[in-house]
Amino acid sequence: MGSLPPFEYLEPSTLQYALYILNRYGESASILAGGTDLLVQMRDGKKTPKYVVNIKKIPQLEGIRLENEGVVIGALTTVNKIHESNLIKEKFPALHQAAGVLASYQVRNRATIGGNLCNASPAADLAPPLLIYEAKLKIAGLKGEDEVPIKRFFLGPGKTVIEQGMILKEIYIPTPKEHTYSIHLKFGERRAMECAIINVAASISIGDSICEDAKIALGSVAPTPIRSENAEAELRGKKLDEEVIKRAAEAAAKDSKPISDIRASAEYRREMVKVFVRRALHSLMIESNMGNR
Amino acid sequence: MKQRIKLFVNGEAYEVYTEPNRTLLDVLREDLELTGTKRGCDSGECGACTVLLNGKPVNSCLILAPEVDGQSVVTIEGISKPNLPLHPVQEAFIEKWAIQCGFCTPGMVISAKALLDRNPEPSEEEIKLALAGNLCRCTGYVKIVEAVKAAAEKMKEGRS
Repeated sequence: MGSLPPFEYLEPSTLQYALYILNRYGESASILAGGTDLLVQMRDGKKTPKYVVNIKKIPQLEGIRLENEGVVIGALTTVNKIHESNLIKEKFPALHQAAGVLASYQVRNRATIGGNLCNASPAADLAPPLLIYEAKLKIAGLKGEDEVPIKRFFLGPGKTVIEQGMILKEIYIPTPKEHTYSIHLKFGERRAMECAIINVAASISIGDSICEDAKIALGSVAPTPIRSENAEAELRGKKLDEEVIKRAAEAAAKDSKPISDIRASAEYRREMVKVFVRRALHSLMIESNMGNR
Repeated sequence: MKQRIKLFVNGEAYEVYTEPNRTLLDVLREDLELTGTKRGCDSGECGACTVLLNGKPVNSCLILAPEVDGQSVVTIEGISKPNLPLHPVQEAFIEKWAIQCGFCTPGMVISAKALLDRNPEPSEEEIKLALAGNLCRCTGYVKIVEAVKAAAEKMKEGRS
């Protein structure tokens, strides 16, 4: 690890001023949120900003609150705060689970939900749960605010729709309808400090014993976190059983476009998508049977 | 440009002048000479540099010095005071032989203390997860987990 290159440190205390700085300095500025990715990238020489803009002094970007039949999470909310929130645990169990397996306890005390999303790693742990809950991201710029569904947020590894001079402000997650069950599974070599080999989040909504709606999201198997629409189609309108689950898991594997890298081969990843989607759906089926009894 | 930073470390107020491209770990070790906090990977993977920031364990190598202006830090030097009894976690580490080379120990003790403060009776699983961000390259994990269990017992007795 190298030392940190020199930079000028700025600490705006309002969103407007932060946006002004970011627009003025353009590509020579980097946003500092939790710092758990940025500092590593700077030591590796992957990022050499002239200006580091710490946005943690902007008060309204932090916290979890109820709003419009859903929950709003400020972009600066730490991963541990999300994991420890009873509100999140109750309403969005897959997000609660994903927040509990990101890196280590120490990192989770600093890392923020906004940073995890804006870094746009294909393996970002919080992305698959937010994809199944169809979160909306509020992005602020000098010209005003924009709301983007998470499905359209990621453009490629390290790339999002956020352009220079914009800040991810908050994440809105609508509360799922009644009788919806959801889960997140992370698969890696170890159980901590791990970049996922694959990540799976799944939800099913049950009505009259039928799977009325289903959402499947996959991480680490494509240039961005993705939804598997073919897997979802296999589930929608069906009564869940082993056969239906197996077909959905196979469809998810077909929807994935993994690469081979140091962590796993593409073939292995695709096979693991099948295994983990099946495991996730199986567990949701059991949970929903118990819930409807 | 150097910046003036005020911080509280182990209950004492300090003022340092530092370039912003230095970390909390640099300030602790080089400016305040509190070398109990170790530099391992310098990238947030190993946990040797773990300190409490406003009561929560964090990797001090991933925090810029100016970020801690006005904040409160506890390092291993602040876990017990000279000439006073060791913290129960420290006692348990010695009694259970949970130390081999000792390099990971300060970080382990901080993570373990933070765990027991928020969860006084952790399960073995909870101990392992709480220490997952602290690597021991002597791989003496079994004894470390035993020590945290023993420390929990000691602290329980201390409360009753």
